[in-house]
Amino acid sequence: MHELSITMSIIELAQEESDRRGIQVSAVHLKLGALSGVVKEALLGSFEMACEDTPLKGARLLIEELPVLIFCRTCEAQRPISSVQLFCCAECGTPSGEIVQGKELEVVALEIEEWDRSPV
Amino acid sequence: MGSQPRLIEVRKNVLKQNDLTARALREQFRAAGVFVVSLVSSPGSGKTMFLEKTLTLLRQHYRVAALVGDLATENDAIRLARSRAPVKQITTGTLCHLEAAMVENALQEWDLNQLDFLFIENVGNLVCPSSYDLGENLRLVLISVTEGEDKPLKYPTIFNSADVAVVSKIDLAKAVEFDWTAAYGNVQAVRPGMLVFKLSAKSGEGMEEHLDFLKKRLHESRAAEVI
Repeated sequence: MHELSITMSIIELAQEESDRRGIQVSAVHLKLGALSGVVKEALLGSFEMACEDTPLKGARLLIEELPVLIFCRTCEAQRPISSVQLFCCAECGTPSGEIVQGKELEVVALEIEEWDRSPV
Repeated sequence: MGSQPRLIEVRKNVLKQNDLTARALREQFRAAGVFVVSLVSSPGSGKTMFLEKTLTLLRQHYRVAALVGDLATENDAIRLARSRAPVKQITTGTLCHLEAAMVENALQEWDLNQLDFLFIENVGNLVCPSSYDLGENLRLVLISVTEGEDKPLKYPTIFNSADVAVVSKIDLAKAVEFDWTAAYGNVQAVRPGMLVFKLSAKSGEGMEEHLDFLKKRLHESRAAEVI
C-alpha cells in the first residue's frame, strides 16, 4: 500500500503549482492508467485526510481512469486489450505487449475558483 | 458574488522526482559500464537464495555487488555476504518498496567503475515496486513453484514493469504438482513475448542458462556503448 505517499506527491505537486501561480486550487484532475500500479479508491480515500493542514484543504480529487491500449500489428492500429489478464487485441485477438497507454499517473489540470468581482 | 471554476493545464507526472533520480542513476550506471539488475517478487519466493547463488557464481569472473531492500532486519545482507561480494542492506522501515533516491543514497560510498554487475533486491512485494523506476537495465520478476501458476494473472502490472520472468524452486515442482505449461502460458497472456527462465538456485538446475543470459546482456550493453 503505497497510495498515501503517492497522494502526498500529488498534493505537493499541486501546491507547488498553486504557490507559483498564486492561485487557490479547488480540484486536482488526475489521469490514472490501469497499469500504473496505483488503486483509485485508495487515492480517493487518502486525499481528503492528506489535504488537511495544507492550502489544498477542501479540494477535490477527480480521477480519470485510462484503460490499457496496445499497438496491434495485425490491425496496424491502437486497440484495447481483452482484459489485463489477456494482452490480446480486443478486435482480432493478436497478442501484443506494445503498451501505448495504461501506465499514466499524471496531474493533468488544476481547477481554481475565480471570483466574479463585478457588481451584482 | 458568484464563482466559476477554471481549469489550468499542468500535465506533470506524479512520480517525476523518482523518475528524474532514476534517469540520473541510469546515466551514472552507463558511464561506469555497470549492468544493473533488479529483482522483484512476493516474500518467500527465493529471491535471496537465488541472488546468493548468482553472486557466488558470477563472482568467479566478474566484479559483482548487491543492494538489498527489506522493511526490517539485516538478515538478507548477512546471508548474501556469504557470497563474499560487497552487499549493503537498505532498511525501508514501513515503506513497501524501494525508490530511486534510496538506491542513490546506498551507492554513495561505492565506486561503480569497479563493478561489472550490480543487483538490487527489492522488498518482497508484487504490487508497489511496479510504480518505481530504479534506473536498472533489467528487472527480473521471480515466482516460485510453490506459489501456484496463476501469479501472473493476479499481478499483471508487475509483470508489465519487468523485463524477464524467473520461475524459481523448480526442484520442488513435482512435489507441489506445478504445471509449467500453464505458468508459462499465464506469463505470456499478461506479457506476450516475455522471456521466462526456470531454475533452482538450490540444485543449480537452470542457473547456467540464466547466468549466460546476464553475461550476454552485459556484453551487449558495453558493445552498444563503444559504437
